[in-house]
Amino acid sequence: MKTYEQINDRIASGKAVVLTADEIMDYVDKKGLKAAAKEVDVVTTATFGPMCSSGCFLNFGHSKPKIRMSEAWIADVLAYTGLAAVDVYLGCTQLRHGDPANMYPPGEFRYGGGHVIEDLVAGKTLQLFALSYGTDCYPLREIRTYFTIDDLNQATMVNPRNCYQNYNVAINLSEQTIYTYMGKLEPHQKNANYCSAGQLSPLLNDPFYETIGVGTRVWLAGAHGHVYAEGTQHAGGGARTPEGVPIGGAGTLALTGDMKQMKKEFVRGVSFIGYGVSLALGIGIPIPILNEEVLRRTCVRDRDILAPVVDYGFDYPQNTGNVLGRVSYEQLRAGRIEVNGKMIEEVGSLSSYPKALEIANLLADELRRGDFQLAAPLAPLRKDAKMKPLVKRRERR
Amino acid sequence: MKDKSVTRKLMFYFPKCVCDEPIIYHLVKDYQLIVNIYRAKVTPEEEGYLVLDVTGSEKAIRRAIDFVKTFDVTVNSSGKGVVRDEERCAHCGYCVPYCRPGALKIEDRATRKVAYDESECIECLACVRICPFGACTSAF
Repeated sequence: MKTYEQINDRIASGKAVVLTADEIMDYVDKKGLKAAAKEVDVVTTATFGPMCSSGCFLNFGHSKPKIRMSEAWIADVLAYTGLAAVDVYLGCTQLRHGDPANMYPPGEFRYGGGHVIEDLVAGKTLQLFALSYGTDCYPLREIRTYFTIDDLNQATMVNPRNCYQNYNVAINLSEQTIYTYMGKLEPHQKNANYCSAGQLSPLLNDPFYETIGVGTRVWLAGAHGHVYAEGTQHAGGGARTPEGVPIGGAGTLALTGDMKQMKKEFVRGVSFIGYGVSLALGIGIPIPILNEEVLRRTCVRDRDILAPVVDYGFDYPQNTGNVLGRVSYEQLRAGRIEVNGKMIEEVGSLSSYPKALEIANLLADELRRGDFQLAAPLAPLRKDAKMKPLVKRRERR
Repeated sequence: MKDKSVTRKLMFYFPKCVCDEPIIYHLVKDYQLIVNIYRAKVTPEEEGYLVLDVTGSEKAIRRAIDFVKTFDVTVNSSGKGVVRDEERCAHCGYCVPYCRPGALKIEDRATRKVAYDESECIECLACVRICPFGACTSAF
């Protein structure tokens, strides 16, 4: 048994034993659980993939004369201004003004909120255009100026939903090619796409949220951020394998971090043909090895993690809840899965394992150097939460 | 002894004036080259391009290129019609199943990095259209 304080002391003294979630299984197999639990202080987990519920609060400071922005666009991408005078929230799936979207399908969706966030972190100069109705205290009615992230007082990433614990494998049983947030899916289950770091993914290494909770310090694209709440659609009460690994989406995390501390290679705008824009993010979460049970759960392997196969031609859009079967991440990574008695040999990933591995190693290095301190959760994530649907009602109840 | 046959990937950039010359005909008839065209834009009154494989003896290919150059056509034999930007590539592997000839593939199961073998590329441009990160771009 170790405490957070003991582990943090070892990190601070540069003596912490840190392994990645990719290395720990073989290490435990070799050393045995008991000895390894004594020796290892932290296991690092990570993920890199598109996470649509991401965005940022920006504060521009005040112009002379002052403006209370009522509408604002950054690089022609609309930001939400229903806040104090010069605060805005920019969401990563917001399209650039004038983007034809899917008017001529499949649309290209070349630029949007996610790309603005990437450009900000990369230090590029962007245009701000804002309008206002004008008040006695904020007389300016219009402003057009150019800025970089260094000109902002705050650029705080606030993501309501990141790090899905597990995720669907998308296929298409319909007659035509479809374009989804899970990529281009060809008819008659010709191909399949998945999106998880599997055995490296944070919440798959802590399936019961024993160490990851509200307040946990995380590595958010290079910045030291936090879990600020359970993520939206967090459903910790979903079905699990006998070992406790969720067999569907399950848990999610709401994360925040200072964009000025982020590294550009882990904050990437993405365009999904026929679907829209988003942001791919790199996240690392350290798991303190408090006891043998915590360590045992970080030893999860791709072969032990099952993902639900879902038809995005009908079942997903119509919200039938139908699952066609389950396949392991080992099978997905080998590029061959069997669904409906038919082999799918074209399997692609939207989540980058090489990037996740790079992040797990970067975080491990920071911990070994004593540059990253762990924060114990202030409150646990709910283990019984269920996902509720949106009900269409004809009248007020 | 017959010269050894080799295959070279070539790119021709045509100025406006020569789009109506039957250049490929001459490559086949006069230089005995086997031609496989991947991509072409040959529109009169506009600039055009051709991306093709030519198979024949080294000597014939060299002479054919000299012939093509007499038409004020720019010949590029570096074979980079589709470029993958290493810095933009996130190595997610999403492109791999869509790349029919297998030019984009995961070579090392341990690192899972996406390798790009330009010589296998047939310039279908599937990767250019689908890469979420915009890592693959076309020279044209």
